[in-house]
Amino acid sequence: MRGSSLSFRHEFISLAGVVERNVYLVRRYIWWDLAFFLWTVANALTIVFIAKGVEATGGKIDVNRVTTTLLIGAVVWAYLGIIFEILTETVGWERWEGTIEYTFMAPLSRPVHLFGMGVFAVLYGVVRAALLFGIVAAFFRLDLAGADYASALVVLVVASISFMGIGMMTAVLPLISPEKGMQFGFIAQGVLLVVSGVYYPVDVLPQAMQWLAVISPATYALRGMREGILDGAGMGAMWDEIWPLLLIGAVTVPLGLEVFRRGEIHAKRHGKLKRSG
Amino acid sequence: MSAVHVRDLRKEFVRRDGGFLRPRRRVVALNDVSFDVARGECLAILGQNGSGKSTLVRLLSTLLLHEGGSAEVFGHDVFTEPREVRRLVNRVSVEASFFKKLSAAENLSYAARFYGMTAGETRSHIPEILERVGFPADRRTEPMENLSRGMQQKVALARALLTQPVVLLLDEPTTGLDPRSKLEVQAFIREIRAAHDATVLLCTHDLAEAEALADRIGILDGGELVALDTAEALKEGYGAATLEEAFFAATGHELEAA
Repeated sequence: MRGSSLSFRHEFISLAGVVERNVYLVRRYIWWDLAFFLWTVANALTIVFIAKGVEATGGKIDVNRVTTTLLIGAVVWAYLGIIFEILTETVGWERWEGTIEYTFMAPLSRPVHLFGMGVFAVLYGVVRAALLFGIVAAFFRLDLAGADYASALVVLVVASISFMGIGMMTAVLPLISPEKGMQFGFIAQGVLLVVSGVYYPVDVLPQAMQWLAVISPATYALRGMREGILDGAGMGAMWDEIWPLLLIGAVTVPLGLEVFRRGEIHAKRHGKLKRSG
Repeated sequence: MSAVHVRDLRKEFVRRDGGFLRPRRRVVALNDVSFDVARGECLAILGQNGSGKSTLVRLLSTLLLHEGGSAEVFGHDVFTEPREVRRLVNRVSVEASFFKKLSAAENLSYAARFYGMTAGETRSHIPEILERVGFPADRRTEPMENLSRGMQQKVALARALLTQPVVLLLDEPTTGLDPRSKLEVQAFIREIRAAHDATVLLCTHDLAEAEALADRIGILDGGELVALDTAEALKEGYGAATLEEAFFAATGHELEAA
């Protein structure tokens, strides 16, 4: 009993260490992070302006509603990008710095290592998403008086469990291909969002893509956040989005850990767990 | 029980010369290597670049999987009980790898957390250990990228020592250092052995360093351990006046060619 509580304490300290290191890195790279955030704001604006553009060219739409719909899509797109980027850095950044051998030979369980990266990614991603949403909403002076932000946030956090699982699968790719593996996070992000109704209802997709939408966690995250922010749906109304997210998370997290485990075995067999690849 | 017990250890890598469609070939990095290191002993492994020294260190660090044989650290199988082995082992390699924008203190905190050390423990322990390796107190918060290679290697030693390893794997720890830094690192290795009863496996191509620090010396050539004995016994066995001559007699080539 004492042994297991000591072991649990050790794992908790290790997890906190991963989060702490990422905080140090953000502090040291803060100006780069701010520049990247500005790019994200500009990117979101190019998408959200589409609603104004449609109205200006004679389209009959509820500009406030369409603008908010597009903004939520842009925020989730940016959020998912950060989650996958940080998880992929589990290997990518450490390989670049050369610390990978020291981290991977430390007595730290791989699930704890990956969860540490995931916890930081969610914390950092949520703060960034909230700032992005606030800045763009203020820019367009959106009327969001009835929005239930708490329920939208809960849906996003629950969806993050599944996103972490998928991120763990993409994190393994730099182990297999040091040169090209990092870019696969962007592919996963794009594929996941295109089938999930990022800027449009899922109903407009071809049938095959709609089937994929059913198993994509981003579908439920986008729908739940839109219901919370656009329609003011509270926590009680979110269960229809939350249970599929929990179910998908229960599959993607163990699957992500297993994919990473196999990737690590491959890297150890072929000598890729080192700086130069 | 030996601190390190290696029997018929074999490691091969698959290499492809050129494009994806080219046939693959197997390259033997370690060929049935066997040796033991007693607790508290320092064993030096001498060999040219590409002789298999780093592969041996990486196998014992649980960073590689083997193709045959066995390796144990204090009775724990390196390949089936990696977490137990990781608690006992740490290493210093030729590259003092760190997060370059982070300071020495931040890098050491990161490493220490994986060994269960809390923020409270590292707050007092890190300054102590940096002082012991002769790292100036006023540079603790400076990014690593501003430090010289000698300074970085001192932080690498501090990182290894911070976790109180019972087996220390040193992979060319003084390569590329100026003579003064080299002597400081060597003095510190002696201190670690004396103060912590640490077992040391030192891989190097510096003959003088091997002779000065090690109790026994192994010669690794083309992935094979061709000799293993004390420096005096090696010289006597090969009828050589110096360790350099003994190395030449054992392998057929100069170590400096590395």
